[in-house]
Amino acid sequence: MLEIRNLHARIVDDGTEIIRGLNLTVKAGEVAAIMGPNGSGKSTLSYILAGREDYEVTEGDILYNGRSILEMDPAERATSGIFLAFQYPMEIPGVATMEFLKVAMNEQRKARGEEPLKIPEFLKRVKEAAASLSMDMAMLKRPLNVGFSGGEKKRAEILQMKLLEPKLCVLDETDSGLDIDALKIVSDGVNALRAPDRAIVVITHYQRLLEHIVPDTVHVLYKGQVIKSGDKSLALDLEANGYAGVIGEAA
Amino acid sequence: MPAVQDTIDRVRKIDVDQYKYGFQTEIAVDKAPKGLSEDIIRFISAKKDEPSWMLEWRLEAYRRWLTLDEPTWARVHYPKIDFQDIYFYAAPKSTPGPTSLSDVDPELLKVYEKLGIPLREQEILAGVQKTDASELEEVSDNVYKSGRVAVDAVFDSVSVVTTFKKELAQAGVIFCSISEAIREHPELVKKYLGSVVPTSDNYYATLNSAVFTDGSFVFVPKGVRCPMELSTYFRMNEKNTGQFERTLIIAEEGAYVSYLEGCTAPQRDENQLHAAVVELVALDDAEIKYSTVQNWYPGDAEGKGGIYNFVTKRGDCRGDRSKISWTQVETGSAITWKYPSCILRGDDSSGEFYSIAVSNGYQQVDSGTKMIHLGKNTSSRIISKGIAAGFSQNTYRGQVSAHRKATNARNFTNCDSLLIGDQCGAHTVPYMEAKNSTAQFEHEATTSKISEDQKFYVMQRGIPEEEAIALIVNGFVKDVIQQLPMEFAVEAQKLIGISLEGSVG
Repeated sequence: MLEIRNLHARIVDDGTEIIRGLNLTVKAGEVAAIMGPNGSGKSTLSYILAGREDYEVTEGDILYNGRSILEMDPAERATSGIFLAFQYPMEIPGVATMEFLKVAMNEQRKARGEEPLKIPEFLKRVKEAAASLSMDMAMLKRPLNVGFSGGEKKRAEILQMKLLEPKLCVLDETDSGLDIDALKIVSDGVNALRAPDRAIVVITHYQRLLEHIVPDTVHVLYKGQVIKSGDKSLALDLEANGYAGVIGEAA
Repeated sequence: MPAVQDTIDRVRKIDVDQYKYGFQTEIAVDKAPKGLSEDIIRFISAKKDEPSWMLEWRLEAYRRWLTLDEPTWARVHYPKIDFQDIYFYAAPKSTPGPTSLSDVDPELLKVYEKLGIPLREQEILAGVQKTDASELEEVSDNVYKSGRVAVDAVFDSVSVVTTFKKELAQAGVIFCSISEAIREHPELVKKYLGSVVPTSDNYYATLNSAVFTDGSFVFVPKGVRCPMELSTYFRMNEKNTGQFERTLIIAEEGAYVSYLEGCTAPQRDENQLHAAVVELVALDDAEIKYSTVQNWYPGDAEGKGGIYNFVTKRGDCRGDRSKISWTQVETGSAITWKYPSCILRGDDSSGEFYSIAVSNGYQQVDSGTKMIHLGKNTSSRIISKGIAAGFSQNTYRGQVSAHRKATNARNFTNCDSLLIGDQCGAHTVPYMEAKNSTAQFEHEATTSKISEDQKFYVMQRGIPEEEAIALIVNGFVKDVIQQLPMEFAVEAQKLIGISLEGSVG
């Protein structure tokens, strides 16, 4: 589903190269964890996948279902099924969460040539999804992410992911700022989305999240490259011994 | 491409020619000769079959106008206007005061159809279509459940038709063109015309007093809540013709009325002048809510053409506990010079000003309000949202003052500006003056840019760039949109989206 080939990318403003020859393949149905120390390029990778203009790809390619997505803007990537759950979701003052969900869902439907959702059907879907994440409907009347707690923001991200039904989900540090109860709810929400035709990329710093969302593959990112790949035991190994061993091995 | 460069390039390519109402209609017109003189004023007055006191009033204003100089304090720039090169009167030939819709030139009806303005009462009776968005919103207080709107349609210099007159008359409400009011209700016009904006008020108001051609007149008697929304649609069609509308709204003791004004004009290379005067009078316990959706032609991508909109709007809270609320959505005009104001004369009276001013291309907006606190325990509230894109300049200019006797005067002002791109400007010029130590004035102002982070986030959900900007901007102006009658709130949101097309970055 996702194939990243020898990717090099830099920050547009100052030319700093962040991704330096990254290779990664994630198959449909797979949950891949990307781990790595601070500054290894994890969040940058998620932004580049979603098409943020602050980064420029200088070499290599990103194939999604066999097609390069480099020329697509963020909205086109989103409508083709790529979803990024942000580490720091943005506040959109004055735009009720509910209204935002409706616009996003209908824009994606429009891009696929489908009719907009009828209001009752829309409300039904939102209510179900919100209930599964233990979210209060009253919260959805508030402007998106404005004044939300860290946990509420993360839940709102997973809510959007559920409703938009993407094919490639990228979760950037979704566990940061969550207490253990919220972590459980959010993880259950993600696990419910596991499906044979969907790939999930979980970017995280710690093993903790992977106890709840058990990955099929684990990849260690360091200095903009995947330096080691393995199964879930690799995450446990990192937890026990730290990154130093893996980094030393690669060097 | 770097984001910033992309923004600049896009803004350069700006195309404000997407103006939807730019069509022009060929209609036989009756025009006064070009230029301005006492004879022209006599001509206008005679055309309107006015009583002699009205003509005298006009001539007096004209003589005063000759002694005045054009004001230059606003942050707008334009070549000097040649008043001898303007037609001051143009009327569709077929309408010497039509009494019913069947008397109106079918070409004219087509114009309003094209503009989406309902003039046929049976169509209006069917009710305004509910949109998806409104179902999600909570319904605000002052919504007329029937969804019906009475319309006065003004084409160039004359009112062509006013709907629902009979039904309104049953409630005791007078809603007609000002020309008709001068003929039919001279005692009311004499009593109130010029009582809020005197003929000597300012350059453009004085000019308007001399040459005003048409506009709406509303009188809501004591204790009556006007049974439906009233609205006037102004259309400027003729080339080189100025529109000088005059509107007068009176709410007697305990009366309530909500009024909406809409405006459009064809797309032309020449500038056209619009100099209106609107006067509102609220007596004890009365409330007037006045909303404007101004969408005059803004000029083309190079800043050629467009309407010069020099308007004096003022409300007088003459009675105790009276309330006047202005809501404006300003998206059009090449130049806007407009300060809907409230004189808070009655004790415990209150004034409100909610404004959204969107400028794009080379538009220049200098708009704001004045809240003049004279009575005791008066309060005012100002919420202004300026959005500047392209090469436009957007200025908020406001004055809040408390008179010596205005004990416990309170004001809250909030001015937010949003910049799109980096070639535009937003300015805030607040004046505050309290001659009374018990006055409490609060002022908040912010200027922000739509952040790349916000835009990226919204687009990541599958919302295309222009829609993403429109969504963020509509969130920014939400507080003001909520003040509009529900039927127009959705329209205003769309209009803001259209005005910003091509401005994204």
